[in-house]
Amino acid sequence: MQIFDIFLLEAVINGILLGGILALLALGLNLIFGVIDVVWICYAELIMIGMYSVYYAHNVYHWPLALAFLGCILLVAALGALLHVLVIKPVLGAEPINQLLVTGGVLFFLQAVATLAFGVEFKNIGVSLPALQVGGLYISLARLIAFGAALGGMVAIYLLLKRTYIGTAIRAISQDRAIMPLMGVNPNRIFVLTSALGGALAGLAACLLVLQYDIHPAIGLSFGPITFMVCVLGGLGNMVGGFIAAFIFAQFISVGGYFLALEWGYVLAFLFFIGMMFWRPRGILGGKR
Amino acid sequence: MSMARWIGLALVAAAPLAGMGDYPLHLIILCLLWAFVYTGWAIMGRLAMVSLGHGAFLGVGAYVVVMGWNHFHLSPWLGLPLALAATALLALLIGYPCFRFRIVGHYFALVTLALSEVVRLIIIALRDYTGGSLGVTPKTALAKASWSLYAMQFSSKLVWFYVVLVVWLIGLWVWTRVDRSMARLALEAISQEEDAAASIGMSVTRLKLGVTMVSALMTCVGGVLYAQYQLYVSPETVSGIGISLQMVFGAIAGGMFVRLGPTVGAVFTLMLAEGLRLSIGHDIHGLDTTIYGLMLVLFIIFMPKGILGAAIEAYDKRRRAPRVAPA
Repeated sequence: MQIFDIFLLEAVINGILLGGILALLALGLNLIFGVIDVVWICYAELIMIGMYSVYYAHNVYHWPLALAFLGCILLVAALGALLHVLVIKPVLGAEPINQLLVTGGVLFFLQAVATLAFGVEFKNIGVSLPALQVGGLYISLARLIAFGAALGGMVAIYLLLKRTYIGTAIRAISQDRAIMPLMGVNPNRIFVLTSALGGALAGLAACLLVLQYDIHPAIGLSFGPITFMVCVLGGLGNMVGGFIAAFIFAQFISVGGYFLALEWGYVLAFLFFIGMMFWRPRGILGGKR
Repeated sequence: MSMARWIGLALVAAAPLAGMGDYPLHLIILCLLWAFVYTGWAIMGRLAMVSLGHGAFLGVGAYVVVMGWNHFHLSPWLGLPLALAATALLALLIGYPCFRFRIVGHYFALVTLALSEVVRLIIIALRDYTGGSLGVTPKTALAKASWSLYAMQFSSKLVWFYVVLVVWLIGLWVWTRVDRSMARLALEAISQEEDAAASIGMSVTRLKLGVTMVSALMTCVGGVLYAQYQLYVSPETVSGIGISLQMVFGAIAGGMFVRLGPTVGAVFTLMLAEGLRLSIGHDIHGLDTTIYGLMLVLFIIFMPKGILGAAIEAYDKRRRAPRVAPA
């Protein structure tokens, strides 16, 4: 019985650490949705590209890991801005669903480009971090770092949005898109900037995920859907809601995966999500309708 | 139907008799099969119900029949109604609350996306029975004979050609019936302004549920036929986000607002993929899907009405142009 409890506790703690990563993933997507009103279906594929960039910078060109991480964040931020200018901007006036679908096309494209350029083999950056032993518990250091960095990233975004002029402009645009141009803010510039910011968050997530997972072109599909679920459960565009939802989901996956097989953890999480949508269609923090 | 259509249909039906190779026939069968599935998707897609969850219905169709055959020796002819019932139940479970609580647009797309992921993950999680990600083959009944009606397995491609041809025609008939119904007009009104439509007495939930049922059941039949024709299914090819997006894109590329649009989309996407693969070869892995993905993006940006939709629009404009008086 004692052993059982310790493993369960470990699952709960792992769930909390996983929640940090999911919260970071959801934050970028929520930021973009809140400001531009577009769901990037290809968000996880941007992360995949970022993970490859770390691999190539660190393992093929032998950059130091810190530099590779910095490069990754900058690269994915640039990709985010590019995505907005090339793909989103032409369909901003079209049906909302077309904006969602066009990024679905980008998903296919990025996946195929990755297959083409990097091959289908699994790649690993070969940095293995030890597991910390606390009491009788084993906690992965990589996950702990990821959790810390995810929280740090979120605090940075929060400060940026609340304390700087540009952050105020971003929040203002998300509240009223029609009025802000009259106040002398160029919405287009804000959109590109927000996209770059969302990209940078995806880049940060890539740096943290690459420490824990092997890289392959389809890896986006394994955590893309869960990210959307987190965002919708929290209420699309609602960053605090997304934060809470991330931890709920992570517990389902981690503890559910502990009692049953890992897939059942995901199945439970998705079923919970579908159930919640009917109880609170606007997200857990949204009002009941 | 006009004379030209009958002739066109007769030509398609007679084509394989002209001594066509197995490979072109295989492609035609796949085109017609996917055309049927895309048509099913477009029936609800064109009415502003963009579902990313049709992979769930396809997966239920394929796996219920194959599992019934492999584990209970249940003939696919009996598995088919079972699969249809399961699909109807699933569509009801997801559709009723969605429409009742007015989950539309992005939210509807993402909830249905979760559904298709649930089905994919359940198939993988039940790997002791379903073979997991490796997929599963229906137990063959073709060891002694070249066909078995009981097992719904035919080694002759010709048989499959006529089966899918008939099914595809039925699909087009269903499309026409829905297109000419009052329900379509009502749903179009609902897609524009749900509150206003409800206020003049339209039963939003019932109308949406009805068209969703039609669409889901067609997709399920497509899944059954796909499994029985290919004699192999895997979770990735019949469920999950990948195949769901593929359906959406096929329908959009061809044009989801016209009857033959999804068919054109199926032919176009399949021929593009095959053509690129044949001309480039397997050596450069991923180039074909790269071009495919790029074209999808360009399509949605520059030709949201699809190939056939844009062509018909251009044709109409040219025909009508001289008659329009200057404003």
